Amino acid sequence: MRNKNGFSNLYLVLVFAVLYAPIFYLMYYSFNSGGTMHKFEGFTLDYYREVLQDTRLIIIMINTLVIALLSSAIAILIAIIGALAIKSVQNRRAKNTLLSLNNVLIVSPDVIIGASFLILFTIAGIKLGFVSVLLSHVAFSVPIAVLMILPHLQDMSPSLTDAARDLGASRKDVLTKVILPIIKPGIFSGFFMALTYSLDDFAVTFFVTGNGYSTLSVEIYSRARQGVSLSINALSTLIFLFTILLVVGYYFLTLKKNRQNTSEAVAEPVAEAGVPR
Amino acid sequence: MKNKGRSYYLIPYYLWIALFVIAPVLLVIYYSLFDLDGHLTLDNYVNFFTPVYLKMTLTSFWYAFLITAFSLLVAYPAAYLLTRTKHKQLWLLLIILPTWINLLLKTYAFIGIFGTFGPINNFFDLLGIGEQQILFTGFSFVFVSVYIFIPFMILPIYSALEDLNLSLLDAARDLGASGWTTFRRVIFPLTISGVRAGCMAVFIPALSLFMITRLIAGNRVITLGTAIEQHFLVTQDWGMGSTVAVFLIAIMALFMIITGGSRKGVRNEK
Repeated sequence: MRNKNGFSNLYLVLVFAVLYAPIFYLMYYSFNSGGTMHKFEGFTLDYYREVLQDTRLIIIMINTLVIALLSSAIAILIAIIGALAIKSVQNRRAKNTLLSLNNVLIVSPDVIIGASFLILFTIAGIKLGFVSVLLSHVAFSVPIAVLMILPHLQDMSPSLTDAARDLGASRKDVLTKVILPIIKPGIFSGFFMALTYSLDDFAVTFFVTGNGYSTLSVEIYSRARQGVSLSINALSTLIFLFTILLVVGYYFLTLKKNRQNTSEAVAEPVAEAGVPR
Repeated sequence: MKNKGRSYYLIPYYLWIALFVIAPVLLVIYYSLFDLDGHLTLDNYVNFFTPVYLKMTLTSFWYAFLITAFSLLVAYPAAYLLTRTKHKQLWLLLIILPTWINLLLKTYAFIGIFGTFGPINNFFDLLGIGEQQILFTGFSFVFVSVYIFIPFMILPIYSALEDLNLSLLDAARDLGASGWTTFRRVIFPLTISGVRAGCMAVFIPALSLFMITRLIAGNRVITLGTAIEQHFLVTQDWGMGSTVAVFLIAIMALFMIITGGSRKGVRNEK
């Protein structure tokens, strides 16, 4: 029995080691003065200096953040409407159709989304660049945000809105004072999911970004295609730390929110994060 | 009844569906009917059934199958063992964390690890095998893809295993089933929904991811995704690219019908 336990622990540890080894490998060599990813010569912070002094890179980082925040904000507004729309449909069949249409962009591979949006923007005459990237990020963030909000809306007892209306609340009041507070956790996690989708996206952006406009993933891709450059390593260390901060922050926020209820919902929204489609 | 005439506020959402869900699919189908010179033709479809494209489709499928199979092989035991650990939430978070690191960065790490002077080749040297060409081979492509997809395979299987009623296992054992029989006849069938969801989360991206192929496999492996990217962004042959995309959409739809119902199985965990 003991032996068996030891073996299973070993397996888990091995899986985790393999999962994390490449990430730490990247981070380790970001301090290598030798300039390669295979022979560690000496400690240096040069590559960090390089990253922080690279104005082009900093502009790209700002672009990425602006796109992420803006697209998530717009997407969450459309998603609230979408969740209300799906909820308001009475017919079961129509509801399922609407849900399937909603989910199309979640299950479609990125290349298809990218290629078809490229055609769409070209036909619509939208210049490739900030606007096309923003629109496509909004577009692919909407469905996941809808799925985050919908369960909260469906769990809501209809007697609450009925009661509010009986007591004389206008439609607007019902929405802002009853519905929105109830689905707030869903809005919160939906926004967060949209944010990670946007920050993580490479393929769609790669298709719809024109010359002269770039996000971080596209930039990393074009640099990585040219071979090893340790400034990418330094950059990935910074991104890794940023990500950990974000995750830990999110984790504690949801933990605090869920303390009164149960903690079951904590892992759920995170679980769907960043599926590379 | 009370909703009649007042649902104009729903317009943005329906507009989104029309513009970004329905229109793109129709446009891809429309474009697949044109050749490079803009003539309406079925040539692209004829082309697709030539050996070049059929072979590419088959290799693409073969690689996607390998990637899915190996991911499942590694992920199932890991998910099973995870349900037996003490601090489940923490372990789960540790599984999820790597998925938050941009996939390009993880792929990039392997350029160093598998490189000619990388640690793996050093290890081979130590063993006396000598340096091997690892980058730009089918092996490295499969390995890196499996590495990237493992968390997405573990998570749905994990949640299916969590839903498993433990008394069923006791019952099986009481009735004299061996460990293997319990697994084969009780545990696995009851968690099949998680396995399906995991396979779906891996198989379709494995068919279509082009950045891993480009960075790790060079031009050795061409998947459906690489072909689409190539046609759209390099050769500018949107017609042929759309045709490949139409086939990928068809395959995806087929795959979803076959594994149908799995989504429901995963969703009811809520």
